[in-house]
Amino acid sequence: MAMLSFERKYRVRGGTLVGGDLFDFWVGPFYVGFFGVTTAFFALLGTALLVYGAALGDHTTGLQTWNLWQINVAPPDLSHGLGLAPLAEGGIWQIVTICAIGAFTSWALREVEICRKLGMGFHVPVAFASAILAYVTLQVIRPVLLGAWGHAFPYGIYSHLDWVSNVAYQYLHFHYNPAHMVAVTFFFTTTLALALHGALVLSAINPKKGEVVKTAEHENSFFRDNIGYSIGTLGIHRFGLLLAINAGVWSAICIVVSGPFWTRSWPDWWAWWLNLPMWN
Amino acid sequence: MADYQNLFTRVQVEAPHYPGIPHEPQGLWKRGTKASASYWLGKIGDAQIGPFYLGATGLASIVFGLLAFEIIGLNMWASVGWDPVQFVRQLFWLALEPPAPQYGLSLPPLKDGGWYLMAGFFLTASILLWWVRTYRLARKHKMGTHVAWAFASAIWLFLVLGLFRPLLMGSWSESVPFGIFPHLDWTAAFSLRYGNLLYNPFHALSIVFLYGSVLLFAMHAGTIMAVSKYGGEREIEQTIDRGTAAERAALFWRWTMGFNATMESIHRWAWWFAVLCTLTGGIGILLTGTVVDNWYLWAVKHGVAPAYPYSFDPVVDPATLTGAGQ
Repeated sequence: MAMLSFERKYRVRGGTLVGGDLFDFWVGPFYVGFFGVTTAFFALLGTALLVYGAALGDHTTGLQTWNLWQINVAPPDLSHGLGLAPLAEGGIWQIVTICAIGAFTSWALREVEICRKLGMGFHVPVAFASAILAYVTLQVIRPVLLGAWGHAFPYGIYSHLDWVSNVAYQYLHFHYNPAHMVAVTFFFTTTLALALHGALVLSAINPKKGEVVKTAEHENSFFRDNIGYSIGTLGIHRFGLLLAINAGVWSAICIVVSGPFWTRSWPDWWAWWLNLPMWN
Repeated sequence: MADYQNLFTRVQVEAPHYPGIPHEPQGLWKRGTKASASYWLGKIGDAQIGPFYLGATGLASIVFGLLAFEIIGLNMWASVGWDPVQFVRQLFWLALEPPAPQYGLSLPPLKDGGWYLMAGFFLTASILLWWVRTYRLARKHKMGTHVAWAFASAIWLFLVLGLFRPLLMGSWSESVPFGIFPHLDWTAAFSLRYGNLLYNPFHALSIVFLYGSVLLFAMHAGTIMAVSKYGGEREIEQTIDRGTAAERAALFWRWTMGFNATMESIHRWAWWFAVLCTLTGGIGILLTGTVVDNWYLWAVKHGVAPAYPYSFDPVVDPATLTGAGQ
């Protein structure tokens, strides 16, 4: 059995949201549960459809390839609007998107069940929800607001990068999108905070050779000496969680406003500031 | 479900401030003795602010940093004719630009990029001195120097952008302007000039580590918050002497994705993801224009990007047409 030395006493019954005891068991290290079954269903179906889509080839170019970098499963052409497209013309993309949302949501709910089993708070699935929000905003909410599935991004390594470039240049210069500025700031700040937190804990546990392991008070003293403030061991995790969730939420905001709520260039948006009456 | 999720501190204890772990007495500088407390900081983290240690490198770093800040700000102000209203109005658009290309690596007059080079020099000095300070403070506390080396990875990207790449390209004009919108303009122009930076594999790696860092921090911070009722935030103690918080945190991920880090190793994952973000980013920038001139063509050559069919006939150079130049 793939069990850690202390694991057996934690493997108890209960905590499920649906299905009662039906799927309340483990396979190797994995907990199953009702949502483990739905996760597996959606993930396997979605992956199989992506392979099928790759075998059929890219309907936007008519080219077929097994080059991993170039495989592209694209959404339907804009002419299909919000309707269902034939499988080979973006229908595969539509079912894959349903599968992805089903798998992500199932995974989050499975995390909730595991939290309940272990007597933990729900912070991880809540944080994951902000990533799911960003995905659903890109693939469902914004395309629906714009009136066509063709506005969503395609599934492919380089093709999704092309989508990012093309959509960004539709608004002339996407860096001027104020919500994008906020999102990027959250991404960079989260990474900075992660570097500082990881490094600080490692530097306390791995002091100079021959030294004893240091304490949280050493961590506080080091940071107060260096920048005048130490947020503390609990605070850094509250702060990191807040930063990371905001990175996801502001990503969703910055893309949903582009198109549905602002159709011109993003540099133009800043005219309101330059034209404030107080400058006169 | 209506459990307390420990998002804010509900009861704050007021106590005399903690003076800090004593340093070994050496040199002229001593840690300050003044500290204060902030109720609102105490809602999310420690309420105590200070005491602060200045030190020789700290003082020099702050002086150089202020000099750079002043040079940038005064040049921006001068660029709107010292009009204070226009300075505020146009602040996001204002820039201190690097020298023009014809100056190469020579020293231009102050108004043609000399101020830029001076500000860049002072900013670089400030940052390097702050690195020394970070390293020495870790040693003063007899701790490891992991913070300083993570900082060094960010400094690497900074130096690539403003020093190493301009040196290799043979021109200070290659460096990034100071200013909010101007540095964004530089980024977009840089990507366009070199055939779309999204095709640069080191740029891709850097983004993977940027997003990965945010994902890791969400996972880690969420996990620790979720086991904070078992004292999970006491990570050093949980590393040395595993308690139920560390066990539940590990099992959560083991049951979720079949794999778990340990209370110590999650911080190694964190450190490497964050460090590799700027490390790979710096490599990507350094190769651009020096080794690779067009990342799209590079990607096509190596079979990772498809060669797109021509949608338009080639554009005829208007200079070759009859009547041109008359």
